[in-house]
Amino acid sequence: MNKEIKSELLVKERQLVIPGESLAKGLDFLPSSGCYRINNEIKAKLTGLIKLKDRFVGIVPLAGVYIPKPGDGVIGLVEDMQTTIWVLDINSPYDAILPLGEAVGEYVDLSKTDISVYYDIGDLVYAKVLNVSKSKQVQLTMNDYRARKLTGGRVLTITPSKVPRLIGKEGSMIELIKDKSKCQIIVGQNGVVWLKGEREGLAAKAILTIERESHIVGLTDRILGLLEKGE
Amino acid sequence: MTKAGKPEKMIINGKRLDGRELEEFRPITVEVGVLKRAGGSAIFRFGDTYALSAVYGPKPMHPKHLQNPQKAVLRCRYSMAPFSTKERVRPGVSRRSVEISKVLNEALSNVLFFEDYPKTGIDVFVEILQAEASTRCAGLNAASLALAEAGVPMRDFISSCSVGKVDGKIVLDVGGIEDNYGDVDMAVATIGSEDKIVLLQLDGIVTKEEFLKMLELARKGCLQIYEKQKEVLKEKYKTGELDVESQ
Repeated sequence: MNKEIKSELLVKERQLVIPGESLAKGLDFLPSSGCYRINNEIKAKLTGLIKLKDRFVGIVPLAGVYIPKPGDGVIGLVEDMQTTIWVLDINSPYDAILPLGEAVGEYVDLSKTDISVYYDIGDLVYAKVLNVSKSKQVQLTMNDYRARKLTGGRVLTITPSKVPRLIGKEGSMIELIKDKSKCQIIVGQNGVVWLKGEREGLAAKAILTIERESHIVGLTDRILGLLEKGE
Repeated sequence: MTKAGKPEKMIINGKRLDGRELEEFRPITVEVGVLKRAGGSAIFRFGDTYALSAVYGPKPMHPKHLQNPQKAVLRCRYSMAPFSTKERVRPGVSRRSVEISKVLNEALSNVLFFEDYPKTGIDVFVEILQAEASTRCAGLNAASLALAEAGVPMRDFISSCSVGKVDGKIVLDVGGIEDNYGDVDMAVATIGSEDKIVLLQLDGIVTKEEFLKMLELARKGCLQIYEKQKEVLKEKYKTGELDVESQ
């Protein structure tokens, strides 16, 4: 190995980077999500904030689409229905499939029942991603204590990479919004947010503010101020 | 304005018709995030040339037979607005717009990581709002910023500018009359920090020495554009990151 090259980290935690920016030199660092290695150098693929973990250099993107992964809770809209499956739009380039066996816990006699009694086209569903195949076939399951059909309320869509900011540390941010707006809020990892309750407008305003300003320092204080001021 | 005839001299006392130096750009302004509904968008301006670019996707690829099971598919569409020039441009596809769409597509394909999003499509639209030479360069600069804003993984920005030969002198960023009556017009695009050329189109006759000189100048110009692109995108997401440490 070439011992001449000295490894060096060129960025700080939470620093803003843009595509093509050099993040680290040498082989002592490893590219994580959103980065690539070229000529002993790690460079950024995306616009985002730096996330360091041990020797891994990664990027939390500020924009982009949702790519499903197993275990994620997502909110989907039933788009299509076939004999034994539902097809859901999960705000991603890939449609998701919810098979009858994963959706319903009881025996269903298909000759006698129409599966639209469970979920119909246009219904909103909170489900868990069971599996994503290599060819990007997404399978969902309702076999989770949180999974359910969502009735009423309203739906917002935010950038999927900002979901962790909306939830906050151990759910602090979302609990704050729920508490102040007296709303039920469910956040899907895919960036779809469902809310229903007394002050939906206020909650929606707070969520959209987080979406817009998540990368600017002092977010919690601003949201708290906004919620306390009211509508 | 009626079409001005060919001026006798286009370079007077080392200055060009619009008062620029030989190696000077027209005023450049860049704006990122101009369209709300697009994934990413940007306006890039070289003097009186305005290019608007919008990016949608990655999204499900339709029609399905164009979908690639291993990588994303890029579709570029370049078009000029009917009001972009003195004479009305017939809206729709033309031989010229098909050609430019294709070269933009090929240039952008060099920097995108298509493998990250199999089976999807990425749409890039470049609309020329006002044309006064170097539209493909402005379009390419806008498109690469729009792609970065949309969060499409890319190696680096593509920076592009034109060089030309006017009155036997080599000039940077060919504009208006120079484009109509100049001897040579060459569009060059490079991958930002790397010394790689992804687009080169030349119209006119040059000697080898002149060509090399023009290429050298174009590279210098592209580097200037690259710095501008970086600056604008960073400005958009000003975070107050300096305060992070103090917290």
